[in-house]
Amino acid sequence: MKVIIMGCGRVGAQLASLLDKEGHSVVALDTDAYSFRRLPADFKGTALLGNGLDEDVLKKAGIEEADAFVAVTQGDNRNVMAAQMARKIFNVNKVLCRIYDPLRRDLYTILGLEALSPTTIFAEMLKEKLET
Amino acid sequence: MYIIIVGGGRLGYSLTKALLAEGHETLLIERNFEVCEKINKELGNICLRGDACETGIQAEAGTGRADMLIAVTGDDEDNLVASQVAKYRFNVPRTIARVRDPRNESIFKKLGVDVTVNSTNIILERIEHEVPSHPLTHLFCITGDQRDLEIMEVRARSGVAVGKSLNEINLPDKVVLGLVIRDGGKPFVPRGDTVFQSGDHIIAVAPAAVGEDLRLLFNGA
Repeated sequence: MKVIIMGCGRVGAQLASLLDKEGHSVVALDTDAYSFRRLPADFKGTALLGNGLDEDVLKKAGIEEADAFVAVTQGDNRNVMAAQMARKIFNVNKVLCRIYDPLRRDLYTILGLEALSPTTIFAEMLKEKLET
Repeated sequence: MYIIIVGGGRLGYSLTKALLAEGHETLLIERNFEVCEKINKELGNICLRGDACETGIQAEAGTGRADMLIAVTGDDEDNLVASQVAKYRFNVPRTIARVRDPRNESIFKKLGVDVTVNSTNIILERIEHEVPSHPLTHLFCITGDQRDLEIMEVRARSGVAVGKSLNEINLPDKVVLGLVIRDGGKPFVPRGDTVFQSGDHIIAVAPAAVGEDLRLLFNGA
């Protein structure tokens, strides 16, 4: 599987590392080259410097042949915009997007984006832990 | 009309002021507390503090009954999301978003924003118009965002159409030559027997894509 991960923060880098170890072709995309320090030393994928809201950068990352696109930058709106570009302009099959704001996540789910809110997920997990 | 403006920067502030002066019911949503205070002091209590990308804030603003939402923050992605929340969550009939990066115009359109306004292109076109040697100026997009039909000005110089009449030249598809301005005189509508001269300013309505063909035809290589 060819995967593009936009945002090489803790989550992005860890996901990149996991997929890379399983033999997938991974492109980690970030606007800050310093973020790439989080990638493991034996990372075989590509670390690409650039803005994922830029069509040219996305093409350079190989979005036209990508099987999956994951948007995990710090900005909800940036993730939303990039994910919609991947889905509706480049027709990427599997697109995942992090949206911290649960309400915004609900809206974009209705609009057809596969969006996850870590806020909701973690709150539910904490509640479960408290109850056991 | 009830118009909601997102982003209280220089553009948002001036726009709010202008719309208020025109008698529209206007509400400005701005994230920054100090900016809000300042605007409320100057324009009256019309600024709501909050993030317009949140459905809660748009609900509070009464977006459901708004006729129009105009997003003019400095961030393209924020303008996109504010417009989409208004359009898809609150069914606002008309959304307008500012874009900084000209390339985002077509993306926004595909993602459901009704109209995009691109300050970079507007300034660029204005400057092109002021450069005397510039053979073609895009004056105005009739359809606003898609650039499928616009008004442009061509300056005739040494193209194949110069010295020929309108009947004799092959215009690209969907092109209408609306007006000729010759020697700064009174503009006239070209007829079939109008012979084009070097120095003519020709105002055309045409799809943006044929701009280059028009330039070649009248201005030469």
